Amino acid sequence: MSNIDLTINPELARKILTGFIKSEITRSGFSRAVVNLSGGLDSALSCALAAEALGGENVLALRLPYRTSSPESLEHAQLVIEQFKVQSETIEITGMVDALISSDPEMSKTRKGNIMARARMIVLYDKTEAFKGLAVGTGNKTEILLGYTTLWGDSASALNPIGDLYKGQVRQLSRALGIPAVIIDKAPSADLWAGQTDENELGFTYDEVDKLLYLLVDQRYSPEECVEAGFEAAFVEQVVTRIRRNQFKRMLPPIAKVSNRTVGYDFLYLRDWGT
Amino acid sequence: MKLNLALAQINTRLGVVDANLEKHLVLAKQARQDGADLIVFPELSLTGYTLQDITPSVSRRPVPGDPTFSHLLDASNEIDMVVGFVDEDSRHRFYIASAYLSGGQVLHVHRKVYLPTYGLFDEGRFFAWGDSVRAFDTRFGRMGILICEDFWHASPPYLLWLDGADVLLFMSASPGRGLNDGEKLESARWVENVNRSYANLFTSFVAHSNRVGYEDGLNFWGGATVFDPNGERIAQGPYFEEALTIATLDLNQLHRTRARLPLLRDERTALVQKEMDRILQKQE
Repeated sequence: MSNIDLTINPELARKILTGFIKSEITRSGFSRAVVNLSGGLDSALSCALAAEALGGENVLALRLPYRTSSPESLEHAQLVIEQFKVQSETIEITGMVDALISSDPEMSKTRKGNIMARARMIVLYDKTEAFKGLAVGTGNKTEILLGYTTLWGDSASALNPIGDLYKGQVRQLSRALGIPAVIIDKAPSADLWAGQTDENELGFTYDEVDKLLYLLVDQRYSPEECVEAGFEAAFVEQVVTRIRRNQFKRMLPPIAKVSNRTVGYDFLYLRDWGT
Repeated sequence: MKLNLALAQINTRLGVVDANLEKHLVLAKQARQDGADLIVFPELSLTGYTLQDITPSVSRRPVPGDPTFSHLLDASNEIDMVVGFVDEDSRHRFYIASAYLSGGQVLHVHRKVYLPTYGLFDEGRFFAWGDSVRAFDTRFGRMGILICEDFWHASPPYLLWLDGADVLLFMSASPGRGLNDGEKLESARWVENVNRSYANLFTSFVAHSNRVGYEDGLNFWGGATVFDPNGERIAQGPYFEEALTIATLDLNQLHRTRARLPLLRDERTALVQKEMDRILQKQE
């Protein structure tokens, strides 16, 4: 499996993705974008692409720390804000999050993490109205396929330029765009509690899972063929199950069909309809 | 004889025929000013590509009384044009079609015969397939039109070749995909290889007009090309940007190439027919 090559041409990616942002924002009647800038790599890349597509002055980067967020995250977000000359605001979500968390002393870490992700979504969408921009998403292909995301939380956006790039490809493109190495090289983390890292929580590395997902999804390998290609059977099984179980996070809620024409089934239009 | 051919790789507004028509008329005028004799627009250039349920509301008839075609036919008095549209027949079936307009007349309409309905494509859900592949005469010689998936099957270009077409006009709305470490997208590489192969195999001119822009998350990569009867690339449009790419086709090249390489002369059509009859009969 060492011969699975996920190398991308960064200039081609940059051209397609900045064109996408510009086209899909302007044809909706907007010229500006809002991005939740966590201090991590995915949002740094989305922010940089939006700044290149629309001009830094037309991008609002939001830093939305909770009281337990790593101070490093704020610093790294600031590096991106300064480098790509985007507008920025910093809004603590501690008050709104704690107001809900304090209602249940038994609350699990997962529930708290979901509340933080959804509080950030509320601020993001509120600011899109104030800034007259659209929310640019920050989810990559690896986390979308694994369902490693909070539904209606960090997954919420109006358009997502990086959702067809695996995590390792996000790193490649980020390097080409000159995103600071300190952000590219640190361990990916949702930063919902101290010491959390994606790879610890998932139980495998992005390098491994990117390659497996590439075979399963892009190259249409069966799970058995992935095992033959050198992946451990238990790992393949775990990933295949995750993909299937998280399909619900990748679609709008199914509507119970009773009429002759129903949204989602036989009322079919692109969002770009008429533009 | 020389043919100055303009390939218009345009972006379109999805389902807004009047706005797209305006762009056709502006570019036709510009191409004429640049010395072009013929301008070729991409697949579904008057409507946009991913039409889905918009389809029935943007259909047109390629006749003088049609409010869209009346303008295009007027413009064709100045420059020959190939335009892409949704054709609705008298029984209200909808086709992906391209029309060749010249001197105020419709010389030919091709209805797409292969509708991709797999992967990201869903054309068979919304459109009827065309039922003929015919070459047609123009003031520059005999030509043939094929639309995107049509030329992924070897038989339509082959039929046009046997039917006398020396210039093959291909048009697409080809979604860009297959990003790897290559210089261009896989989809661009595939299409260019196929175009070049037909130019080589049929010792003919092969021109390709592909759109640009986005529809939701789909990108279209442009990259218009013309290959000559030797398989040499004589024109290349930019990728991802609107452009008018003009190529001069020296039609005497057909004479020189076919003197060197008489593939058309030696093509054994009776053998093909005999074996096709056998193969098809056996399948029954």
